[in-house]
Amino acid sequence: MTPVSETTRVSEDTKPSGPTFVFNWVGRVGLAVILFWALVALAGPFLSPYPPGEIVDWDYFGPVSSDYWMGTDYLGRDIFSRIIMGARYTVGIALAAVTLACTIGVVLGMIAAVAGGWFDMILSRFLDAYNGIPSLLFGLVVVAAVGSSILVLVLTLTAIYMPGSYRFARALAVNINTMDFVTVARARGEGTPYLITREIFPNILGPVLADLGLRFVFIVLVLSGLSFLGLGVQPPNADWGALVRENIEGLSFGAPAVIFPSVAIASLTISVNMFIDNLPTRIRDRSE
Amino acid sequence: MTGTHTKPPLVSVRDLKIGAVTDSGREVEIIKGVEFDIAPGEILALIGESGSGKTTIALSLMGHTRTGCSIDGGQIRIGDNDVTAMSRRARARIRGTEVSYVPQSAAAAFNPSKRIIDQVIETTEIHKLMPKAQARSKAVELFRALALPDADTIGNRYPHQVSGGQLQRLSAAMALISDPQLVIFDEPTTALDVTTQIEVLRAFKSIMAQGGCAGVYVSHDLAVVAQIADRIVVLRGGEVQEEGTTEQILTAPTHPYTKELLAAFEPSPHQSVAIAEAEDQSPILEARNLFAGYGAMRNGEPAAKVLQDVSFTLERGRNLGVIGESGSGKSTLARALAGILSPYSGEVLLDGHRLHPDLTGRSKEDLRRMQIVFQLADTALNPGHSVGNILARPLTFYHGLRGKTREKRVIELLDMVHLPANMRHRAPSELSGGQKQRVNLARALAAEPELVLCDEITSALDTVVAAAILDLLKELQTELGLSYMFISHDLSTVEAICDDVLVMFKGEVVEALPAHEMSEFATHPYSRLLISSIPRLDTGWLAGLEQDPELIAQFANR
Repeated sequence: MTPVSETTRVSEDTKPSGPTFVFNWVGRVGLAVILFWALVALAGPFLSPYPPGEIVDWDYFGPVSSDYWMGTDYLGRDIFSRIIMGARYTVGIALAAVTLACTIGVVLGMIAAVAGGWFDMILSRFLDAYNGIPSLLFGLVVVAAVGSSILVLVLTLTAIYMPGSYRFARALAVNINTMDFVTVARARGEGTPYLITREIFPNILGPVLADLGLRFVFIVLVLSGLSFLGLGVQPPNADWGALVRENIEGLSFGAPAVIFPSVAIASLTISVNMFIDNLPTRIRDRSE
Repeated sequence: MTGTHTKPPLVSVRDLKIGAVTDSGREVEIIKGVEFDIAPGEILALIGESGSGKTTIALSLMGHTRTGCSIDGGQIRIGDNDVTAMSRRARARIRGTEVSYVPQSAAAAFNPSKRIIDQVIETTEIHKLMPKAQARSKAVELFRALALPDADTIGNRYPHQVSGGQLQRLSAAMALISDPQLVIFDEPTTALDVTTQIEVLRAFKSIMAQGGCAGVYVSHDLAVVAQIADRIVVLRGGEVQEEGTTEQILTAPTHPYTKELLAAFEPSPHQSVAIAEAEDQSPILEARNLFAGYGAMRNGEPAAKVLQDVSFTLERGRNLGVIGESGSGKSTLARALAGILSPYSGEVLLDGHRLHPDLTGRSKEDLRRMQIVFQLADTALNPGHSVGNILARPLTFYHGLRGKTREKRVIELLDMVHLPANMRHRAPSELSGGQKQRVNLARALAAEPELVLCDEITSALDTVVAAAILDLLKELQTELGLSYMFISHDLSTVEAICDDVLVMFKGEVVEALPAHEMSEFATHPYSRLLISSIPRLDTGWLAGLEQDPELIAQFANR
């Protein structure tokens, strides 16, 4: 996916062949794994050999076999099918939540940095206070109060992680806001929307993306925690975190059931970070 | 140690090569086979523009290179020590004892949480040269020799309790405490104000004359170097261009680059560009009793008042210079005029009509007519945009240009500041300092202003590059009929471009005169002090300079 600007080069005079959007191989591997899981999540029902909730093996914690590629769980359900269906929940919910949390947080953070004054103060203090509520407890209360559904889960996770993202983006934006080029734009008479989108955002994009990667991992973990408490994805469906929790006893039987969901979580979180850390330097190093 | 018996040089550098690895892993050669000698007791100046390798060479005399650089070849010998062949440990032993270093920023070199005297004598403790009491008394002697006030007690202060000029002299004491054979001065007066610089230069000169140790003086300023150095090495791009005695370099340079450097010093008096003066036209800019400051407002006045009752008028087509030292409020004046910092009293008139104090209250048209250009082009250009985008925005914003017409105008603007059209695809980080400043200027021109506020726009540039920017400003003025307000700490820059000059001191205008009368007819004592403090290209200038000590006590921030 490298030659983006190659084809768009139609201008008659010579555009210097500067650095284009080039990934290194670590970044490519990360992106490939992410795309793989995204595909799996989309095509889940067509890929899974058995319905995820059906007990297919009357022996629990079955070994890896030609019928059950990743063994069976504590009830004798096919782990392979459950992981494929779980991808929908884990990847989908985490991605939706992290996107929402970071978008809202970053936009509010930049507005607070540019506007300053009472808006900044009230919003910052409010979100600091809000941040004081333990995240799992907050999730517990909300889900217990309104019941668990995908939408509630996404919104809860967003609410938990938005303040951190706000703080992070605000701190970065405050630094950029004092730079001369922002002062020049302000002296030109530009309004807040322009300052935020054109002057500040490009310069905090790199760190914000790195933060997004980390936050994604945390969300996957909190989602797993909620599922363990029975408040996350409801049975018979399960996200990957729930799969790990419900099959953890199998370890003492030497069953492979717990290994595969763990590997799935690890592969996703690590590859997200590999991808973020190795973004093309054009994007990553803009702020330097 | 079988050296020759004719008086051997103290330092000899032979075929020095220093390389560096760039971030992208490419190897580049920074220093390309430099050779020079320094006799005992001699002061050698390394002069050149930024990137010429002068500091890199100076540091290599201690066997030190900055991160990423390495000495790739050649030989450096100091006394009996072959620095290049030494082990790490042996090099550490000669640092501070044989060779010592005076950094550019003394404020950054001192530990703010330790008393000065303890830092000055630290070298003697590390190398176990003398007992502590002896080192302390020696330090006090040095303080006295460096003409520091309260020599007996100044060492007990903390770094923030002394002035910048004093701190720079204290860091020289730190370097000299161990009686080194060679002292490296790395642009020690560049960050100081001119009136302070004199005192520091004098102290350095007298102590170097007494001590008999050799020195390397790194600087970009020929006039400063002329006062202190015996010989000068002119560097460019990591190569020696010319080497000779100070007299010879100043009076009979042979290399074209040296000539260019000297030419940039020649004062070129400014010819007023009187634009067909229509009678009774209102002045383009007028300030009436302007007061501005920073901090929380109380009773209608800010906590820190900076500008005090500033008034002036700037006629159309003329240029107004503002000079003053750091802290004189000259940049604050520019910010107050532009409305970035709203003045709490007084008014600003643009072409006869009153401007709202804060820029949010000004109309787009008012903002367009007066543009501001900042000192540091590095921070004034958004690193996230291409040059084309940076120039295109004001075109869209003020004139509503789009697509092809806008592109055409961007190319015109680049041409106006003498940059090639394909420069518009580059990012600011891919430009040199001078090119960035040109883009910075082009962005202001994109608005088609009538008045440009230039805040120290040549201060961060090398002499030759700065001279080219000034020429460009003059050229643009005749083409576009602009007026400039030009802020600088450097009188010669202001003289080169301005018709009238304001001298600022502690937020007040102490004198206003036509530029060409400045050096002769200035009457205010501070203006006189400021003018007399500017180094001249003359080796005897410092020795012959006499300044009234009372004046200095009153006005100079020493």
